[in-house]
Amino acid sequence: MKIDDLEQMESEDLTTLPSAERRSFLKFGLAVTGMYLGGSVLSLCSAKNVYAEGVVPEVGKYPYSPHYTMVIREKFCIDCERCKEACVKTNHVPSYGFRTTILEKRRSLGGESFETTFMPVLCNHCNRPPCVRVCPTTATFKDEKTGIVRMNPPRCIGCKTCMTACPYNARYFKEETRAVDKCDFCFESRLSKGDTTTSCVEACPADVRVFGDLANPKSRVYQLVHSPDTMVWVLRPETGAMPNVFYINS
Amino acid sequence: MWKEQEVMNNLLAGILPEEGGLEATGSGKYSMTIGLLALLTLVGIAAGIHALWVGHEHTYGVSRGVPWGILIAAYVFFVVTSTGLCIVSSVGHVFGFKNFNPIAKRAVFMSIGTIVAGFLVIAFEIENSWRMPVGNVIGANPTSNIWWMGTLYGAYLFFMMIEFVMLQLNQHKVATGFGLAGLLTGIVAHSNLGAVFGLLNGREFWHGPYMPIYFITSAAMSGCVAIIFFTYLAYKFNDWEMNPEMKKSLESVAKMGALMMAIIIFFTSWKMITGVTGQPPGKYEAMMALLTGPYALNFWVGEVALGMLIPFAIIMLVRGRNMNALFIASLAGMIGIFFMRYDLVIVGQLVPAFHGMGLVDYPELLSYMPSLHENLVVLGGIAFCGLTFLMGEKLFRGHVLEEH
Repeated sequence: MKIDDLEQMESEDLTTLPSAERRSFLKFGLAVTGMYLGGSVLSLCSAKNVYAEGVVPEVGKYPYSPHYTMVIREKFCIDCERCKEACVKTNHVPSYGFRTTILEKRRSLGGESFETTFMPVLCNHCNRPPCVRVCPTTATFKDEKTGIVRMNPPRCIGCKTCMTACPYNARYFKEETRAVDKCDFCFESRLSKGDTTTSCVEACPADVRVFGDLANPKSRVYQLVHSPDTMVWVLRPETGAMPNVFYINS
Repeated sequence: MWKEQEVMNNLLAGILPEEGGLEATGSGKYSMTIGLLALLTLVGIAAGIHALWVGHEHTYGVSRGVPWGILIAAYVFFVVTSTGLCIVSSVGHVFGFKNFNPIAKRAVFMSIGTIVAGFLVIAFEIENSWRMPVGNVIGANPTSNIWWMGTLYGAYLFFMMIEFVMLQLNQHKVATGFGLAGLLTGIVAHSNLGAVFGLLNGREFWHGPYMPIYFITSAAMSGCVAIIFFTYLAYKFNDWEMNPEMKKSLESVAKMGALMMAIIIFFTSWKMITGVTGQPPGKYEAMMALLTGPYALNFWVGEVALGMLIPFAIIMLVRGRNMNALFIASLAGMIGIFFMRYDLVIVGQLVPAFHGMGLVDYPELLSYMPSLHENLVVLGGIAFCGLTFLMGEKLFRGHVLEEH
């Protein structure tokens, strides 16, 4: 080929490239880079942090001191109901009511077989308690020091709005005191008298219920909810109540 | 002592018209009806006191899962009607639409009667109502919609009473002022009642901005229906002849009512559609209880047919001009509106807290059935309302508005 012929040919440098093609190439490149970059960023955050951010408050951001919480090691519950009995006895719970109870969950494992787990439930002593918000007379309130959701029975007018507001069905009307009654982590019956734990925790033979101060890194509740590879969940997180009863399976 | 009596008499003389207006039937029919209504009121109060004494646990159908029953529904019904009557009355003498003037006085009077009936019913629903006056003050909770609702309705009752007295004294300027205050307080109080339900995040059926908006619209609708109902009854019961202005007024009220019904039909349709589409957990189950479940009869016959379609169709067919037809429409409307309140309160609580978690021996839907005591208290409230109505007609001589 002669030099004159070469000069006659169409140039193949970038100046003749249509901009649409240039853009599509750039987009493709960005997509590939983005996928790799996104993937590596994702790989940096482990799944347990995602859970921790969701339901357990960040370390050091506990509004109360002691910040009382309960951790329920769900799969260990055998439904012996000793917690219920202890609660009834300690807190004078009448036969028509309960402060804590145990629900039964069933999951199909395929074929005829099922897995049954027992789920103890009680007042979740929420950080944003709907019951406290709705009470017209502040008969139910969040204890400023401990964060326990407590009752002032003589103040209760019995409108039962707290019962409809509670996402956990944790409240009932107690005829004897003419007021709504609920779990107070045994504040009246035990904690205020120097005990360090609740009667249900003490009665549990399977070490399902663990009670303690989440703000104290040495406490067992702190260690349980902050231990690695532990999935922590709460009930009905979508209500925004920020419950303080945490469920784990280890 | 004598002097006090005299002042009292003078005050009453100023409020109670001696002559003019319409003279009520003084016959045996009147006394018998009054006697019957008074008896029913007393029976209701007795049932309420008995329930208080024995305990609601043993006398009412409410439970831990469904803590609010027919008494809350009846309370909501009465205060919705009261707020509605206040709205309708204000169209004429607060906003100056002259066409609405003839019904205004009766509407103001009955807005007082219905709210007091509401208070009577809720006094027996709340377990310790006697703790309320003190508790509301020393324990005031500004984040509680119930607190705002109760407090504002107290103020509302006060404003409406002053307004009524001023209307009787022909102090129309002052009455208008208090009427406006009553209207504004009533609307805020009533939307707060909607918010009592709407702000509960854990109750999917209620949660959202719909409740306060719906409550106000349905109050306006209830007010129109109620004033047609009471006005017609007053004229029929006492054999009074309705003058053309009154007929024209009721025609306008009926048309406004039909408009409100159209809005409620529109609202309800979309509420049901959003509750079913995508089967939102918690809300869907409640919607289905209404559409095809245990509350389907209440919903389709009570709410939709009696409360919306029948009155709407009647008013449109007679163009608001046939008083007998309007009364049938208002009667259907009143019954239908009661079903609306009942379903709204009860169905909102039927889906249990831990729904959709695969629990064994756990109800998919809770149930509630009003007890005899509860029904008697509701009946007492209705009778009290009727009693106030009939006595008002006699004492205030047909609530005729004097033109000045």
